[in-house]
Amino acid sequence: MKIDRRKFLKMAGFTGMGLGLSAADMLFKAPAEASSGHSAVSTAAVRRAMVIDARKLKTDEDYKRIVDACHSIHNVPTLIPEKDTVKHEIKWIWTDTYSRLFPDQVNHYHPEGFKQKLFPLLCNHCEHPPCVRVCPTKATFKRPDGIVQQDMHRCIGCRFCMAACPFGARSFNFIDPRPYITELNTEYPTRTMGVVEKCTFCSERLEKGLEPACVEASNGALVFGNLNDPESEVRKILKTHFTLQRKPELGTMPSVFYVIGGDEYAG
Amino acid sequence: MYNGGKIIAGLIIFIALVTFPFYTNVGKTIEAPAAPDAAPDDMHIGNIPIVKMRGEHMKLLDQWRDEVVRKGERFVEYDGDQYEKSIQNGCLSCHSKQEFCGKCHNFVGIDPYCWDCHFSEEEGQL
Repeated sequence: MKIDRRKFLKMAGFTGMGLGLSAADMLFKAPAEASSGHSAVSTAAVRRAMVIDARKLKTDEDYKRIVDACHSIHNVPTLIPEKDTVKHEIKWIWTDTYSRLFPDQVNHYHPEGFKQKLFPLLCNHCEHPPCVRVCPTKATFKRPDGIVQQDMHRCIGCRFCMAACPFGARSFNFIDPRPYITELNTEYPTRTMGVVEKCTFCSERLEKGLEPACVEASNGALVFGNLNDPESEVRKILKTHFTLQRKPELGTMPSVFYVIGGDEYAG
Repeated sequence: MYNGGKIIAGLIIFIALVTFPFYTNVGKTIEAPAAPDAAPDDMHIGNIPIVKMRGEHMKLLDQWRDEVVRKGERFVEYDGDQYEKSIQNGCLSCHSKQEFCGKCHNFVGIDPYCWDCHFSEEEGQL
């Protein structure tokens, strides 16, 4: 078969066009999934989640009880403020103000008292946890039930996860924590210098059929359950109350929800 | 040979230094440290012979660690009883750390980093 120059150029042109079209087809299909944070929702049987009803947390005592319950059970060290720098602080659950929790809520006309109100903070156990993505040793991983867990044995202390976490939920042991543990729980290990730690949603208690320590100590302000079960307590609250997640624009999809309330502050 | 005297003197000093441990110890007998009075070899821990356990308990602990941390499988069943796969809540809830772990570890001169985080009740305040 003889091909003249004109025929060859025609065939080459059509082949190129065909290749281009199939590439373009892929290009248009792919990003739809990646760009929308709402499309990729967990379909697992269990996704552990927590609803924090801030209306039920009123006094300093309420917060202290929750934080102490967690920190004493998990052998979290308490700093001596005049001796240690703040970067040595270890926290699994702590408190901060509304504007620090929800920096995307830029309404300047919130009641003044409400802006000062404290909320409890903890690891959000995100559906898409950035800390897991950056961990070079796979020490941090997401369990099938949604809990973002950390294997202390495997942590090399690189602190990539601390840089990746947008919620500041992780703390690094710059010093040996043992001398700073005030109340030692012999049923739980301590940590050693050079590892990162954070809230575990009390996975060790869940496996024994108990609720997380903070939930137990909260007198009903913190509710824990399965987000993927439509009949669960957390879903009932989410269905009937307006709730906020922290920094939803980042697409990590936190599993911790806040019932904000604030009626009591409105004049 | 240039500088022959210096070279030969140097060689003699070198050989004397290198063989120092041999000629100082020749003829001496050094007593082996007393073996710890461990449990008899025909014992079992669970369904595992104690001899195997002595040699390979670190592998078992590694396996348990992965099962507990990664899969949440916290309990192991033996003879109808449930035991927690845990140093603190399993092994050391019955055994004493100094007796059960420390005896052999001290004998072979190792200091495993388990104790950087795990501890036993008998130690009290750390």
